[in-house]
Amino acid sequence: MDIQVRVWRQTDSADKGRMVTYDVKDISPDASFLEMLDVLNEKLILDGDDPVAFDHDCREGICGMCSMVIDGVAHGPERATTTCQLHMRHFADGDVIDVEPWRAAAFPVIKDLVVDRTAFDRIIQAGGYITAPTGAAPEAHSVPVPKKDADLAFEAATCIGCGACVAACPNGSAMLFTAAKVAHLGLVPQGQPERDTRVLDMLQAQDDAGFGGCTNAGECTTVCPKGIPLTLIGRLNADYRKALRNSNS
Amino acid sequence: MTEFWNDGDPIADTAAPDGPIETRWERRKFSAKLVNPANRRKLTVIVVGTGLAGGSAAATLAEAGYHVKSYCYQDSPRRAHSIAAQGGINAAKNYRNDGDSVYRLFYDTVKGGDFRARESNVYRLASVSVNIIDQCVAQGVPFAREYGGLLDNRSFGGTQVSRTFYARGQTGQQLLLGAYQALERQIGLGNVEMNARHEMLELIIVEGKARGIVVRDMVTGEITTEMADAVVLASGGYGNVFFLSTNAKGCNVTASWRAHRKGALFANPCYTQIHPTCIPESGTHQSKLTLMSESLRNDGRVWVPKARGDKRAPGEIPEVDRDYYLERIYPAFGNLVPRDIASRAAKNVCDEGRGVGPGGLGVYLDFADAIGRLGQKAVEEKYGNLFEMYARITGENPYETPMRIYPAVHYTMGGLWVDYDLQSTIPGLFVVGEANFSDHGANRLGASALMQGLGDGYFVLPTTLGNYLAAGPFAAVPQDHEAVVEARTAVEDRINRFLEIDGDRTVDSFHRELGHIMWEYCGMERTEEGLTKAIGLIRSLKDEFWQRVKVPGTGEQLNQNLEKAGRVADFFELGELMCIDALHRRESCGGHFRAESQSEDGEALRHDDEFAYAAAWEYFGADRKPTLHKEQLEFEYVHPSTRSYK
Repeated sequence: MDIQVRVWRQTDSADKGRMVTYDVKDISPDASFLEMLDVLNEKLILDGDDPVAFDHDCREGICGMCSMVIDGVAHGPERATTTCQLHMRHFADGDVIDVEPWRAAAFPVIKDLVVDRTAFDRIIQAGGYITAPTGAAPEAHSVPVPKKDADLAFEAATCIGCGACVAACPNGSAMLFTAAKVAHLGLVPQGQPERDTRVLDMLQAQDDAGFGGCTNAGECTTVCPKGIPLTLIGRLNADYRKALRNSNS
Repeated sequence: MTEFWNDGDPIADTAAPDGPIETRWERRKFSAKLVNPANRRKLTVIVVGTGLAGGSAAATLAEAGYHVKSYCYQDSPRRAHSIAAQGGINAAKNYRNDGDSVYRLFYDTVKGGDFRARESNVYRLASVSVNIIDQCVAQGVPFAREYGGLLDNRSFGGTQVSRTFYARGQTGQQLLLGAYQALERQIGLGNVEMNARHEMLELIIVEGKARGIVVRDMVTGEITTEMADAVVLASGGYGNVFFLSTNAKGCNVTASWRAHRKGALFANPCYTQIHPTCIPESGTHQSKLTLMSESLRNDGRVWVPKARGDKRAPGEIPEVDRDYYLERIYPAFGNLVPRDIASRAAKNVCDEGRGVGPGGLGVYLDFADAIGRLGQKAVEEKYGNLFEMYARITGENPYETPMRIYPAVHYTMGGLWVDYDLQSTIPGLFVVGEANFSDHGANRLGASALMQGLGDGYFVLPTTLGNYLAAGPFAAVPQDHEAVVEARTAVEDRINRFLEIDGDRTVDSFHRELGHIMWEYCGMERTEEGLTKAIGLIRSLKDEFWQRVKVPGTGEQLNQNLEKAGRVADFFELGELMCIDALHRRESCGGHFRAESQSEDGEALRHDDEFAYAAAWEYFGADRKPTLHKEQLEFEYVHPSTRSYK
């Protein structure tokens, strides 16, 4: 199939950036979206042009590195799919496809489609862990965990930290990301001692990093490749209120 | 001495304790020198890579009080490729009361490795396996649990006990996030200096000791020299030498290879694991291959048409015209034969012209019987996520038409040679996880990679590295030290050379071609003739690369093609050494099958009298022959026997 892509080109963080149109001819419908860009880049290099920079690594939907807004939607038109798992068969011959980077105040563009997501790491540093130094762990079976809680914790823990939720949010909020980690660790018994400080510190770090506030728009969960549910934000709010109460008493 | 290599002196693992195997690690821990807590913060350790081994090591060393500098090429330490491991992690907890024990896990691993691993190392790995599970649970890793709230286990990869712990099909992800969170905590506390989007391009050796690395900031292109008291490589495996593999696109051998060029021996490079259940290539655009858990073979039946070139759709091929070749050749194990055997059998039927799908490089994995027997719903409950992944990638519905699968490179057992302390032949350079050669011999068992990565990082390295650091802190090395300047200049010169060639072929086109050579001649079946040919092909392709490669842009910016050029240049040299290693090992063992060494019925034939050693190679220059050092392997506890699956 033959398509056109309109790609965001930006040489570095200081550059204003612009959309540039490229023809991509004779693409197999079985190629992934990133493989289509590989083909485009091979041509650009041989033509003496600057290839399009984009983040990617595992190319199987788990590392969370790929990050493109495709036709206005983070990770493109397919639900519960990362960009690397999106295939060209979902597009039609002759389509013109817009490709842009994540756009959020907390994720500055580095080059073209590559953005800086270290703000996510800073949220985790603030409290997205259970303090368990190596060597201090008790026998694994000493604390049973109800299966229901373990399963729910797992669901929340499947977040791949890609940042699509932030890119889709009209406020550039990281609330779904933070909520997923707060839920994961708050659902297991090992996570209880730090439950209050975790939610307070992570939300503070989120604000400090320049993410916007949450207004329950719900765009985040719609684009989330792992289907992290919006209900976890409600859970986070409950934890937050409780932590505030506890810290005031 | 031969046309391709020189024979050198034997080497020995001098750090290994002797005596009863059950107490060797305890005794080594006791004999290891300790570092006074007040001195630890004066000691700096560089850790390259943030996967299970590197992430867990960096976090643990920082908890112990060392000053840690961590590096990864991804934008966050959470993205290292350990994250993609699906199946699970083995541990000898014996929670099922099914006769498992540390000794049995040790025994299975030595045997599974086809008697090409060290007994001492494997025993230690089996013993720390139980601590790993405790550690991960304490961190909140959401392992699968039973209704009573206890941890669930499953049998994996044909073992007869249920010792595999798992978190749905995302075990690697959950374990890595546990290590990542521990690491981030230490970063937040200021104990770890994290450098994401930084790539190690050279090792710095001062007075015989590893003292630092040269790194490139992948965003700005800035080259810096980073100094420390010791360097830990946790940079993963080298499967991407084949271009197509299940590795992430960025996985590379550069950190290990730079250390090899500086004197670290590289052991058993030819041992690669080829996984039988991957989704086949769909065309020339293919950039990587995706693995599907081998649990699929529990219920799927593998077949190809009996006749060559049978182009009918699978549903139109009647039973009588199908060859369920694994069930036919291996009636006892059938579709559940080990990975290497299933992979080679698939290659054989495709070589006969009976492969299916594009290019004839695929075999069917058919669930029609299982759906008929158990119902679609039951199959969906068991394998739903895998079926969905397959449908997403191929656009075909595996409930209606059989899956097509083909083997793909998945793991590399070879790596930098290390002693029992995980120290390479360069003092102060330690190597952990897939990057070292140590625990899996010639073949790795399923669910053992995660165990080794975390075992090395959480439990082994922090003890053995302390023993080395007890002699420190070492004298500070100034930035204008001759060795530092030389390493830095070498990196800058190499980058400039890539940019100046300005040829007419892309880096990827060379990488793809190298991959074809490796897959064809150093893949599932190797011959003397093929390997000799491959060495010639690699050398001429390498020469062409250095004349015709085109790397656009500059070194002072984010330049993904410049990154790739450096990695591919190192893959050329590694690829040649892999072929030489495969050529010298005139036996079949584990993932290494030499066509000249097979039994009458076509099974792998080991030669323990001649090859029961680890082959550790010394580098003497890109155009000079490497030297082979043999580390003889002793089997005091598990006596070599022949694997048979008929």
